[in-house]
Formats: sequence, C-alpha cells, structure tokens
Amino acid sequence: MKLKDLTFKGGVNVPHNKGFTEDLPIEPAEEPAIVTIPLHQHTGAPCDPVVKVGDEVKVGQKIGQSGAFVSAPVHSSVSGIVKKITPMAIPTGLTVNCVVIESDGKNTMDESVRPKGDLEDLSSEEVIQIIKEAGITGMGGAGFPAHVKFSPPAEKKIDTILINGAECEPYLTADHRLMVEEPEKIVFGLKAIMKAVGVERGIIGIEKNKPNAIKALREASKDEGNISVVSLKVKYPQGDEKRLIDATLKRQVPSGGLPMDVGAVVSNISTARAIAEAINEGKPLYERVVTVTGKGIKNPKNLVVKIGTPFKDVIGQCGGFNEGSPGKIIMGGPMMGLSQYSIDVPVIKGSGGILVLTEEEAKPDPVQPCIKCGKCVEVCPVNLQPLYLSSYSLKGNFDKTEDLHALDCVECGSCSFICPAKRPLVESIRVAKREIMAKKKKTK
Amino acid sequence: MDSKAASTSKAKEVALENMLLVSSSPHIRSNESVQRIMLDVIIALTPAIIGSVYFFGINALKLILISVASAMFFEAIIQKLFNKPITISDLSAVITGILIAFNLPASAPWWLPIMGSAFAIIVVKQFFGGLGSNFMNPALAARAMLLTSWPTHMSTFTGTRPDVVASATPLAIMKYGMAADGAASATVEATTSASQSAGAELPTLWNMFIGNNPGALGETSALLLLIGAAYLIIRQVIDWKIPVAYIGTTFVMLILLGVEAEFLPYHILGGGLILGAFYMATDYASSPVTAKGRVIFGIGAGILTAIIRVKGGYPEGVSYSILLMNIAVPLIEKFTAPKVFGEVK
Repeated sequence: MKLKDLTFKGGVNVPHNKGFTEDLPIEPAEEPAIVTIPLHQHTGAPCDPVVKVGDEVKVGQKIGQSGAFVSAPVHSSVSGIVKKITPMAIPTGLTVNCVVIESDGKNTMDESVRPKGDLEDLSSEEVIQIIKEAGITGMGGAGFPAHVKFSPPAEKKIDTILINGAECEPYLTADHRLMVEEPEKIVFGLKAIMKAVGVERGIIGIEKNKPNAIKALREASKDEGNISVVSLKVKYPQGDEKRLIDATLKRQVPSGGLPMDVGAVVSNISTARAIAEAINEGKPLYERVVTVTGKGIKNPKNLVVKIGTPFKDVIGQCGGFNEGSPGKIIMGGPMMGLSQYSIDVPVIKGSGGILVLTEEEAKPDPVQPCIKCGKCVEVCPVNLQPLYLSSYSLKGNFDKTEDLHALDCVECGSCSFICPAKRPLVESIRVAKREIMAKKKKTK
Repeated sequence: MDSKAASTSKAKEVALENMLLVSSSPHIRSNESVQRIMLDVIIALTPAIIGSVYFFGINALKLILISVASAMFFEAIIQKLFNKPITISDLSAVITGILIAFNLPASAPWWLPIMGSAFAIIVVKQFFGGLGSNFMNPALAARAMLLTSWPTHMSTFTGTRPDVVASATPLAIMKYGMAADGAASATVEATTSASQSAGAELPTLWNMFIGNNPGALGETSALLLLIGAAYLIIRQVIDWKIPVAYIGTTFVMLILLGVEAEFLPYHILGGGLILGAFYMATDYASSPVTAKGRVIFGIGAGILTAIIRVKGGYPEGVSYSILLMNIAVPLIEKFTAPKVFGEVK
C-alpha cells in the first residue's frame, strides 16, 4: 500500500504554482489593531453574540454561540474592547453579523485557555465537547462544524478516519507547511479524532509532490501501529473528500450521501492541528495559517493570522501589491476559491489562502462555441456531462439539468479548466444547482 | 498599525474596488484552445498532404489549395451574410478543405473541390449552427454529394505513375476484377470502376502501405496517415477508441462475411478506412462524447463498412458508414450516459 500512489478516475493536471511559498516557514502575522469577527463562518446556524458593545474581552474568550447542534461558537482573537456589533460583508459573499473589537495590544489570554488534560484520560464525549467548545470547523473549505462530523448517528458504523493532506489546490501551501513543521500535532489531532469517533484506523493521505511532508508524517507516526501515511497521485481534485475516500479506501460515497455512509470521516490538516491545540493548550480556533501568494503579491508568505484581521492588513504585511494593479483577489485557491470585490473583508476560519492574480492573469478568455471535444466528460470526477448540463442551464431548462444529475456536481471546476473553448461550464452548472434547490424548497 | 496597505489613500481604495474582477471559480484555465486543436489536426495531415503531391503530382497540390481556399472563403462569406462573427481564424474550415480534397481523385477538375466546399461549409456546417453544431462530418457529406452528382469525375482514378491514365482502385479490383457480374452493377461509379478493373492487378502490399496505388488523394498512404494519427493520439486531440473499434470491427466483419485472408490487408490499407477512422469518424461534433458511445460508434461504422464493401453496390463503404453513424450519435449518447459516481440504481 505504501509503494503505489493512490488515486481516482478523472481529474486534471493543474499548474501548481506552489513555488512561491512551499519552502517558506510559517511566521506569525503582525498584531491587528482592529478585528472583525463574523458570527457566522460555518455551515449551520449563525451565532448570537454573548458580548455587548463596550465589553472588555480577552484572547480566546467566547463572543458568540448558538443553541443549535449544527453550529460552532466563535472566539475573540485579541484582547480589547468591543466597538460594535453590526452586519458586515465577509469573504463568502454574505453579509453577516460581526463583532468588531479594538485590540489593546496586550494579548491577555482568557482564563478558559488552559490544557484540557491527557488524551488517554478523556472520554470520547469529552473530546467532542472540547472540539465543539473550541469552535472548530472544517478548515478546508465548507466550514462544517467538526463536532457534528464526529458524532455520526449510531447506525452509521465508522471504521476509518482520513486526514486530508492532498492540498491539491494550486498555490496553497498552508497545510503543506503545517505537515512539515508540526507533524506531531497533526498525528495527535488524528488520534484525538479516532478517540472521539471510536475507531481504530487512521490514514493520512498526501499528494506525492510533497515528499518532505510525507517523510515528516511517517516519522511522526512511526510508533502508531494503526496510523498509516499514504502517497497520492498528484491530480486535481485529489483533495475532494469523496475522491480521497475512493483513492485510499476504494469505496464510493453514494450519490447525495456523506462519507459516513461508507464508514469514513474526513478531516483537513489544519483542522487536525487545531484539535491538537484545543486539547493540549485549550486554545480555541481564533487563528489559522494563511498562504498569501500569487504573482500580484510582492512578498508571498505563510502567515499565522488572527481570525478577523482584514485582508488589507495581511496583504500589507506581504509588501502589498506588485507593480501594476491587482486583477483578482481570491480567498482560497484558484480552482474553487472565492473572488473578492473588497480587501476590507476579514480572514475567517475557512481562509486557507489569499491569492492575488495580476490583471494579465485575471483577464477572461473569449468564449468560443462548444466543439464537443468531450474533454469535460473525460475529466469530470463524478462522471457528469458538463457540456450538456451547461447548455441546458444556459437555456434555462433546469429540469433537464436535474435529470442529468446536476446536483452531483462537486463544483471542482475541472471541466471549465480543461475546456478549449473556455466555456463557463461549472459556472452555469452552479446556477442550475441553485435553481433546482430553490424549486425543491418551494415544493416542500 | 504601520502596514503599507493601511496607508493607502481612500481614493485609491475606491479605485481598487472598481478594478477588481469578481467571477465564479475556477480562476485559471488550461492552455488548451480550439485553434491549437485544429492546428494539431493540420500538422497531423501534413505528411499525407506531402505524400499526395509526391504520388499524384502537382494537380494534387492544386486541388488541395483550391479546396482549402474555397472552404475558408465560403465560411467567411456566409458568416458575413448571417451577420455573425467571422471565425475562419479557428482553422476548422482549413481542415474541412483538406479533407474534401483528400476524398477527390487526382484527375478531378478544379471546380469539383469548390462545389464540395460550398456544400460542406454552407449547408452542412453553417446552416446547422457552425463549428461544433454540424450533425454530420462536413467533408464526408460533401464527398457523398459529389459522388451522387458527378459520379464519373469522382470515380475516375489515375495511378500514381504518369504513364497510367486511368486505373482501378484496389478495392474496385477486388470487387469487380474478380467478379464475373461486375458490369451488371447498377451505379455509374460501379460501371466505371468495373470497366477499369478488367484485367487489372492488385498492387503489392508495400505499395499499398506507403501509398503508391490508385485512389483518392489523401486516402492511399496508410503509413503517412498513421504517422499523423499517432501524433494526434499523443497530443490527446483524438481518442483511440473510435479508430480502434472501427478498424477492428471492419476486420472481424470482413472475415465473418467470408473475405479471403489474402485480401484482408488490402481492405484495411485500401480505400478510405485509415483516413476515415482516424480523421473523419473522430470529428468531435459528429461523434459521441461518452467513452462507451465512442466504442459503439466505431463498431457500428465497422459493421456498415464491411457490409457495404462486400454486399453493397459500391466498392467503398467508409464515407456512408460514418455518415450513417453520425446520424445515430444522439441516440448512442442517450443510451451510453456514464453512470454518475456513487449512483445507486
């Protein structure tokens, strides 16, 4: 199992562009003067503020929570005074309630931030409670609250925890650097998840283009008989959780289903590390590693950034923009990241990267007619036919897109990437998905 | 806070927000382009173009140039008339032009490729929506039209040596040269071919392979066509499934239909099979996009080719087989939609 590189069917070879930052050690970002912490950074119910304007808060203090199960509390990343609580724009494109805190520069830690004891002595319920209280959400993208994922219904028998170290998005190196620099924390985080879910097998999957990460994690896990580190073929979207399960366990998550339907739970590298810190240091999720990169940035870096720091500050610490004006600013990677219309938005729990493309790189290609080359069909990891889905969607025939399984699309963007005619394939499928969901909601 | 971004003036920030491009992901695209794909096909056809001039002389070059020029001309003029953007720079009309010329005998009159190009580009391609929307291969449709309209011009093949004025193609020799009732065939083409075939001998297999035998301009050299085909497969412009299924099925079907073993290589190397399988059946717009569909498409064309060649009125069946399968593509695609990942039936 260790010798061959595991993979899945379909996918594309993308230009990696990781050279900007892959060899740069993670460094702490400058202290923000003001942070804007959104009360809704995750999938699920938004939090209600538990502080009010004028309150003094400390680092790691809970400032928002919700009574709902599918939600995750948020914590202050600085010590200082709450200035306002108001709806503001966040990088996901939504406008949500945010707590604006002015830092006093002292970074006084909250009393709640202290070690939670030995993992051996904690019960699985206690581990899940620690993860929940620390506000940990999936840090790879969707931001699903971690404690929900680790509490599957009793009838779902989980046998494997997968840690996703594929980091197949071009440019991003935050997870890569964490694997190289803090492999013990990742292995510890995996052990904690295994304990929480009650399973005996843990697998860490890493794309082959990160040999130093594979080496570091094999070294860190050499005494753990039930944890293996596997090398994955370098192919996008290897880091999609269903692709990762297919590659490592040879199991297909049913259409419309979740990893737990095939006995697996998948977590991201940053998430595992955050869990380790939550248990060993009692540290809630109030900062994360962000890769600031791209041709449009003067000094690309891997930075530990406090949640709520404006993009503007982070970009400023990396020397600002390169000559000429930036063309596009993206939260995340270039394949699935979200482009921003402002740099006033704050870094959130799901911000793995800030990518700045130059005007030249961002310039859209002219769209040509579909030549039916079928490349999109070849590369689709879900076996869809993007050319037809897109053509029906553009004509507004959404019923037909539903028949063609539009809802199975994982929006990885491989089809649009490969299209020689530069057609907006995944873009139009996204529209169709939204229309289908809206219709379903209405008929319910 | 002493960061540089923080010191930017308010005015500059406003400007930045107006400049930033916001769009749905992905934010990067591959280097693939329609033009590059078409250029690759032209590169792949180049050895066969040079070969045709070498074997059939300067008239071959003249026909190819007229055909390409008229295809581009008709594309531009019809798009101008339809008030559509002129897209001859995508090079697709160039390929159609080359392929039409490749289907002509070297002795064809100069106006024949012009007629073919006009029909292929105006009727088959642009009337149905232009690039990517043609439901059958434009060059093959043009060949079928020319064959029905000017059968004598289309089936008077000259040999590759200057001293031979008119000669029969290897397929015609196999069909009529050895059959007693050759002259009773109903079509003009068949009659022409049959009369030429009397007493003719099959060329050597080596000559068949390199292209030194009578036939249409671009069909005869299996070697040069295969070199180009290898290039297209390596460049991932075409998928191996259609040509392999097509040629393989033709071979098996010919055996099943009782063709003697010594004639089988002539059937594979002769006529338009190699040209058709690698360059025409793989036409994107008129072949299936699904993997299974491509295999079925190839098998179907193979069965039809063998039946037409052995049982039909014509010595050659490649063009009609591909055209018939072109029409079946929507149906094939409907029944070969790939099973979605994780789909439970």
